Amino acid sequence: MLHTFVALVEDKPGVLTRVSSLFRRLNVNIVSLTVGRSERPGVSRMTIVAHSSTSAGHRIMASLYKLENVLEVDDMDQVANVSRELALIKVGATPKTRSHIFELVEVFRARIVDLAPESLMIEITGVESKIEGLIQVLIESGDPILEVSRTGRMVMRRGHHTSRVLEAMRVAAEPEGETKNTAVFDLVEEESNFQK
Amino acid sequence: MSNSSQNDSPSPNTTRLTGSEIVWATLVGEGVSDVFGYPGGAILPVYDAMRKFPIRHILVRHEQGATHMADGYARASGRVGVALATSGPGATNMVTGLATAMMDSVPIVCITGQVSSKVLGSDAFQEVDITGITLPITKHNYLVTRAEDIAPALREAFLVARSGRPGPVLVDITKDAQQAYAEFNFDAAAPKAYRPHPMRGANADSITDAAKLIREAKRPVILAGHGIIQSEAYEQVRTLAERMKIPVASTLLGLGCFPASHALSLGMMGMHGEAWVNEAIQKADLLIACGMRFDDRVTGTLATYAPNAKKIHIEIDPAEINKNVKVDVALIGDLKQVLEILLPHLSTRTSSPWLREINESKGECAVRDIKNLPDNGHLYAAHVINDLWNATDGKAIVVTDVGQHQMWEAQYYKHDQPRTLITSGGLGTMGFALPAAIGAKIACPEKEVWVIAGDGGFQMTAPELSTIAQENLDLNIAIINNGFLGMVRQWQEFIYDKNYASSPILSPDFVKLADAHGIAGATVSTRSEVESAVKSARASRAPFLINFLVEKEDSVYPMVAAGAALHEMIRRPDNPMIETAEDA
Repeated sequence: MLHTFVALVEDKPGVLTRVSSLFRRLNVNIVSLTVGRSERPGVSRMTIVAHSSTSAGHRIMASLYKLENVLEVDDMDQVANVSRELALIKVGATPKTRSHIFELVEVFRARIVDLAPESLMIEITGVESKIEGLIQVLIESGDPILEVSRTGRMVMRRGHHTSRVLEAMRVAAEPEGETKNTAVFDLVEEESNFQK
Repeated sequence: MSNSSQNDSPSPNTTRLTGSEIVWATLVGEGVSDVFGYPGGAILPVYDAMRKFPIRHILVRHEQGATHMADGYARASGRVGVALATSGPGATNMVTGLATAMMDSVPIVCITGQVSSKVLGSDAFQEVDITGITLPITKHNYLVTRAEDIAPALREAFLVARSGRPGPVLVDITKDAQQAYAEFNFDAAAPKAYRPHPMRGANADSITDAAKLIREAKRPVILAGHGIIQSEAYEQVRTLAERMKIPVASTLLGLGCFPASHALSLGMMGMHGEAWVNEAIQKADLLIACGMRFDDRVTGTLATYAPNAKKIHIEIDPAEINKNVKVDVALIGDLKQVLEILLPHLSTRTSSPWLREINESKGECAVRDIKNLPDNGHLYAAHVINDLWNATDGKAIVVTDVGQHQMWEAQYYKHDQPRTLITSGGLGTMGFALPAAIGAKIACPEKEVWVIAGDGGFQMTAPELSTIAQENLDLNIAIINNGFLGMVRQWQEFIYDKNYASSPILSPDFVKLADAHGIAGATVSTRSEVESAVKSARASRAPFLINFLVEKEDSVYPMVAAGAALHEMIRRPDNPMIETAEDA
């Protein structure tokens, strides 16, 4: 199944490598990975969509959290959220063949953002199925698609506990196949007992 | 790590130092007294500053040795071990040691020199992307290119190494950062916001559920792992076992965390565990896993592992929960703390027919068989280790290599104290013993330290004999020499129809090799000589090597073949020793 994780990470060189390397090590394919700045200075937000078994979600999340540069992780699979992707689509079109594309763009609530003698560029935002729907319709109507650039999925929890992962995790439904009975104990001090 | 420190007015504790001096000043501040290293071009500024600081530097013969020494140092003492090397080949030689420490969760900090930041990525002389190379085998690593970043990076490295689930950390420092000047303030360089370990949503019922499972269990077993030693939860585990009359089976790395001489101690579980231990686990109705990770060497095939048992997993690393074995209750946190919360929920159990049942199954006992065998002129590794255990009163720190001798040590040397068995468990690194023992001896100079190594593994890091001689370390070496890569030979015998491809191994005369280093030694080939040789080794206030020429084709029993169920063990044939001896 597709798993979607949101990770808040330190904005430092090499952090993307650490995150992607973890998926490589688990032999999990990344479907999409989107990175950008978050509401916090020095902190980037990643949305990672990965294809793996149903039960792997917990382990991927726990492994992500083990990375020193990862500040918070949230599993978005079973929570109410808003999911969006942006795509730029360049379609071959002459003045004679443009008009029906304008109609399609209208129906899909997309926009034309560039117009050239032999092509035009469409900007569309929405869930993946909407973007794929537009691409499908363009193909079926015989319009040559010259280029497609997609951002990959961005996801945010609904409600106002957005990035507070600890809060969020208390209300999160336990993924299927997980141990329901789990308790966590804080270390009294920052450091473990290893060095006295 | 910002520029802000430059804008702040210097506090009274701030001094202006070179990056190299900052390296040492930070190490001293972190309480480091011993560093294992090897100089080279890109780390020379650090070596140039070294002698101004109160630190003992042990010159190794290969950087892999430095990492294993830091590892042995950490395992023996609980303190963070430190290794130092130059860029390029010096750094890549550390890879095996880092991976060893990573697999066994040992806190070490490795510092490497790097080419100047201006030429990073240009394939400069002795440049290698060591932070890239070590990314999957370190808990974390740092590339430091400015002098003012050295102290914060190093301090964070120490915190990361020893907190949560411990592990190795590498700090790669460019040469220009070592040479530049910066303000140094140890206290100001302390890590500011650091989360020691991950957390999941707490469920208050879990403790009571765990307590209920323990109270209601008729056939419970505690699985004792390395985490007990790292959390120093000896008392709590012992209280749990004694109060509830629960037998304790140990992983290889857990040996010593619960006294082997204790009536509730079962011994080692897994591939070469005693039959009754594995049978107890298979028959159990509750497993309480404490700081262990259900490694494949411990479980056998997962499909048939402890089929009737509920499982409680007490573990600091949430990524271990349900990784190999699905558990019923997971208690995530520092083991000592979790047990202290759990114990008040448990009241004393008075009797346990389960213990009687296990004790009766001990009748079939491979260990006792070997101990009772007469001295028939042949020398068996089991005899050597048993006699060594007797001679040292079970109190030495034993550092083993990897292979047959490692399993025999685990079976025949009974450890009553934690941190007295040091061995590479997860990675199974041959060549580990000699350098790790050097680290253990430097960490605990007052303790008796024994290396037990095979003839194969010993040759992988034998040049460290020279380190022992140079540092004049009083540690003793027992080579279990059977002329084979013994465990490889055993697998070839059991699984590959005795096709001994490249498992016979020629060795130098180890006693002459020791002699060439100014180290005394003796060769022993019969059981009657064992005691006196061990006695001479212990009496000398200097290193001593004993070359034990043991039976060539002896095997470790019992054995759970890879992929077999835990209770399907290959047992020692009847009268095995006598048969083997006659064959020879």
